[in-house]
Amino acid sequence: MAIRLAGDFDTSYAHDMAIVRNRGQWVMTIVFIIALFAAPFFLNGDVLGLLNLIGISIIAVIGLNILLGYTGQISLGQAAFMCVGSYTAAVLVKAGISFWFALPISGLTAGLVGLLFGIPSLRIKGFYLAMATLSAQMIIPWFFRNVRTDIFGGMPGLKLPPPELAGIVFNTQEELYFPIMLTVVVCVITAKNIARTRLGRALIAIRDNDLAAELLGIAQFSYKLRAFFLSAFYAGLAGALWAMYARSINPDQFSLGQSVWYLGMVVVGGMGSALGPILGSAFLRLLDEASVQLAPMLSKAFPQLEAGLLAAMGPILFGVFLMLFLVFEPRGLAHRWEMFKAAWRLRPFAH
Amino acid sequence: MNWDLFPQFLATGLLTGGIYSLIALGLVLIYKSSRVFNFAQGHMLMVGAFVTWWFTDEFGWNVWLAFAAAIGVAVVMGLLIERLALRALIGQPILATIMMTLGLSQILQGGTIIGFGAMQRSLPQMFPLQPIILGDVRLKMNLVMAFGIAMLGFLLFVLFFRYTRWGLAMRAAAEDHQLARSVGLRVPRIFGLAWAIASVVATVGGVLLASISGVELNLSIVALKAFPAVLFGGLESIPGAIIGGLTVGLIENLVGGMPADPTIRSLHLAEVAPYVFMLIVLWFRPDGLFGLKRIERI
Repeated sequence: MAIRLAGDFDTSYAHDMAIVRNRGQWVMTIVFIIALFAAPFFLNGDVLGLLNLIGISIIAVIGLNILLGYTGQISLGQAAFMCVGSYTAAVLVKAGISFWFALPISGLTAGLVGLLFGIPSLRIKGFYLAMATLSAQMIIPWFFRNVRTDIFGGMPGLKLPPPELAGIVFNTQEELYFPIMLTVVVCVITAKNIARTRLGRALIAIRDNDLAAELLGIAQFSYKLRAFFLSAFYAGLAGALWAMYARSINPDQFSLGQSVWYLGMVVVGGMGSALGPILGSAFLRLLDEASVQLAPMLSKAFPQLEAGLLAAMGPILFGVFLMLFLVFEPRGLAHRWEMFKAAWRLRPFAH
Repeated sequence: MNWDLFPQFLATGLLTGGIYSLIALGLVLIYKSSRVFNFAQGHMLMVGAFVTWWFTDEFGWNVWLAFAAAIGVAVVMGLLIERLALRALIGQPILATIMMTLGLSQILQGGTIIGFGAMQRSLPQMFPLQPIILGDVRLKMNLVMAFGIAMLGFLLFVLFFRYTRWGLAMRAAAEDHQLARSVGLRVPRIFGLAWAIASVVATVGGVLLASISGVELNLSIVALKAFPAVLFGGLESIPGAIIGGLTVGLIENLVGGMPADPTIRSLHLAEVAPYVFMLIVLWFRPDGLFGLKRIERI
């Protein structure tokens, strides 16, 4: 529970339920939103490209957080559901449908495929479910690689034109930034609110004790399927945005390794918190980027190793940080942030 | 359908399945003793193959000597992994241990690329090239030998568990950690032993697979086929690992080889057949053939 300042009282039920509660928070929120959307006018293309990539990861990780953080179901298939979203968007755009219309449809398609692989969750849980989703991760990219290569383009994949809206062609990173960040903001707010509704509370109950939840009248199967649908829906949106960002998609972009990274982002950020996916995605994406940037410097220090090989530092750093978080801070960065805020408010006292 | 080739695919399937069952054995060992499902098994296997290659390449050793040295490295790797990564998570929820092994798999992946390069390598010839011919069936010598070594490994482990002190201790720990501790067994040390053995088994499996397909990063993906094998056989069952491995090998080869229709062949069904099989197992019999049924109470 966050520590409030003295004199900060709830005066009505609506006030108690509000996410943004007082004037100071409103000011901060508005300043943040303005800063978020003013960023392209101050930052260069490379930084914006990285921000776009982080934004896409955030959406996929929010979805995974609903499944892993709130419902406690492990999914090794988030990248595969992104793959479904990506290909849906690409095929629809190729058929002449506007990207903006294809975006929600990609989410829905991915969600339906997610349901299909969520069905075994009726009987299995824990790591058995990890296995079921692992098979999704193996089957779905195979499907797009080998089946109907006339539609899905087989191994080389598909290329698609930049999307267009009211005469603006979204081609550069600056132009892509707005639709991606807008989707991120909408997704974050929706996910935050899903967690506070009956659905979210039911999912948390299932996570904490599934048998007890069932006895309290929560139909486990139906709620788990809803979690699967939502998770894959977000993945589908992220996949469609990825198709727009990369403009050339192929099945190898959606590997098991990617799914593991998304899981890592949920854990590092903090499971079952709204802030977690944002912090986790940003942290690990920046770590990966840093390892790519540092590789040439490191190869000067260790001349026997090539710079290309040192790019493999990314997975190592990822693994090390994941382990450190699991052992020392299993509640993730979001929890650290809460502790920092509390310490700041109590300063100079310790408790 | 290529019915005349059926015996050939049957034989190849069973032989490949032997290697899968050896990999599956490593997974079952760790799961039985410490309730950790090791998602890094495939990467441990890949590391084992690369280490063997490195010994032959760097020092010009005989491939069998390099194999033995790699087994020594595997013991150290297994003990280190248990001590540094898994020991801290004893008693933590299953999710934490799964994430830990996934993190481990990424470290091993990155480490292999930095240490040995991402290129495909090949081991020196380990077995004679001359195939064994039984009627219509040609059995590649390296498959037959790999199968033989895998089965020998199995036999050794069965004897180890039945007749040695350490084997007995491991079975006791698998049964109940608390009870095992109360009769004076050092359970963490047993976990370490299980990881060391699993790491050795992975290295053997890796070198056997590499003797067929070459040393490459993809070995970690190939080894994932042991997962369906473990689930089908049942998580806690060592005979289950054999049957599961053989079944997965058979399914993969029959599905890949039997259809004669070129449009079906172009789908590369063999790549996904094990995973579709895994979904079916999870759907109808999640505990596998010989696994324990879990009964839960609040």
